[in-house]
Amino acid sequence: MERNRNNERLDKTILRTSTNYLLPLLILFSIFLLIRGHYLPGGGFVGGLVASIAFVLHSFAYSPTQTVKMFSIKPFFVIPTGLMLCFLSGMLPTLLGYPFMSGVWFADNVVAIGAFGSALIFDVGVYMVVIGVVLTILFTISENT
Amino acid sequence: MTTNFILAPILMHMITAIVLLFFWQKVLIQKIISIVGNSIAFLLCLRLFEMTLSQGYLTLQLGGWQAPFGITFISDTLSAIMVLLTALVSLAVGIYSTASLNVSRIKYGYFFIFHFLIMGLLGAFLTGDIFNMYVWFEVVIISSFILLTVGGKKMQMEGAIKYVTMNMLASVIFLTAIAVLYGITGTLNIADIANKITLVENKGLVTVTSLLFFVGFGIKSAVFPLYFWLPSAYHTPPSAIAAIFGGLLTKMGIYAMLRVFTVIFQPDYFTLTLFSIIAVLTLITGALGTINKRSIRRILSYLIICHIGYLIAGLGLNTELAFVAVVFYLIHDVIVKSNVFMISGVIVKMRETVDITRLGSLLKDYPKFSFVVALVLFSLVGIPPLSGFWPKILLFQESFKQENYILLAGLIVASFVTLFVIVRIWSEAFWKISPKPITEEIDHFAPFSLSGKIALIAPIVGLAAVSLIIGLNANSFIKLSEKAAYEMKRPEIYINNVLGSKE
Repeated sequence: MERNRNNERLDKTILRTSTNYLLPLLILFSIFLLIRGHYLPGGGFVGGLVASIAFVLHSFAYSPTQTVKMFSIKPFFVIPTGLMLCFLSGMLPTLLGYPFMSGVWFADNVVAIGAFGSALIFDVGVYMVVIGVVLTILFTISENT
Repeated sequence: MTTNFILAPILMHMITAIVLLFFWQKVLIQKIISIVGNSIAFLLCLRLFEMTLSQGYLTLQLGGWQAPFGITFISDTLSAIMVLLTALVSLAVGIYSTASLNVSRIKYGYFFIFHFLIMGLLGAFLTGDIFNMYVWFEVVIISSFILLTVGGKKMQMEGAIKYVTMNMLASVIFLTAIAVLYGITGTLNIADIANKITLVENKGLVTVTSLLFFVGFGIKSAVFPLYFWLPSAYHTPPSAIAAIFGGLLTKMGIYAMLRVFTVIFQPDYFTLTLFSIIAVLTLITGALGTINKRSIRRILSYLIICHIGYLIAGLGLNTELAFVAVVFYLIHDVIVKSNVFMISGVIVKMRETVDITRLGSLLKDYPKFSFVVALVLFSLVGIPPLSGFWPKILLFQESFKQENYILLAGLIVASFVTLFVIVRIWSEAFWKISPKPITEEIDHFAPFSLSGKIALIAPIVGLAAVSLIIGLNANSFIKLSEKAAYEMKRPEIYINNVLGSKE
């Protein structure tokens, strides 16, 4: 038993060190996936999954309670915020007189992002919903065990 | 006319659900938001209904993609009627749920899921795209599964699993039918399919596809050989949930059938005969199922099946007058069925049971409530001049005119059995002297605050009043149903409104 516990601690050292570097990288990568999604493989859903994997990794390396501490709000409330963004991105074109969910775009490209429009807002909403759902499931399970 | 307004009811329920999610576990605020959202959505549906009647078909090409390629939303008279009924029942059940459900259910997101369910129903009624309709059906199934299982006891789980298994099977068949249809026509837009399906040479394949749709929708609306999931699922959940299920969920399948078999497929002699046979069997088996049951909830579940038979019968007769009867019957049935399930919930609160042998003295203890219940029960039977009478008499007349005497016999037998069962409920539960003394422990109704009592009784009285209005003002409702039936018999109007008329 004693040896096992030692082993575990050793394992965690490697995992924790690498997590500290991987977490920001994974989140950056998820944002990259999110933004390129409109024309290339990627998008809000995949991006959200990658971002939540980063947090799942963190909760493995440390503990779910410490992962929750990184959030100033409960991950649960990310879900309605994301849904609201999706909803508003659909409503935006109706204010301009187009049918619901039409794609409206800014005339000028934004630096580093490219064309910016309502579709991207929708994708950000999906991204947030995915993160919120995955983290809520994860933390609910870890609370119960 | 193209307008974004057609989506307003759907979006209203969506935004209500999202706002509810921000107030997770805050029971009082959730109740208020839900009632406000439901009320606004009801007004929007009323406006949509009025616009559809005054301005004709409303359409919207979602995202600005033109008709055969994008997703179409269309509101004709039938859709508008269904949307208005959904909004009315949702408002009534929403108010009723605030008092009838226990706090733990509301904490675990009852209202949130409830609004998503209504959103799915409204979407299914308004969409003009067959695949999009499938998606709305899925939204409804997932929401209803959660509603069935939330706070689940063992019996509830058992019912829920049967429900979900059968509905998943139905969805698979529905999806297969869509796939075949897409294979032979190459499009998913209902109006466009209707145009292209006439050019298909393999008529046998078209008939098979139409029957696949019939089986898929038939499972969802509980027609003859495929109804057994319904009685085992519908008597388990709380009455508020059963009210929305009993009133609207099976009717969604009927609506889909009406849409598919008027616009896309023109049923041939074989299909119509099949509809008539299934209608008779549904009527008879549903009616027989009620006779030996003692729980009011179970009796009502079998009555749902029995009365689905009337709607299928109208589809089998397939004349304009029969469609008038079907639309009128839909209006009557949605309101009354939701109402009787809510009533059964109030009876549980009063007596702790819905077993008619153990009930009694309700008339003596609650005379005013019993009067309202009598009104509802007798409109369910169709005693003139209450609302169930008119569509039934139209159906009798039409099946007599078509010389479909077996169907006529089935309709009449089902009516008599319904009468027998309702009279039995009335005499056992309301007239009879209660077999055991009523103590304070049994009566969960008296401790409710005044606002709680109002929230329980007002929706029942409201829907009963609507039933009464339908019965007494039948002429204008027949006119409305005639308009819907006129449009159903002329799919080219629908097609032209979606695709633009071809000159």
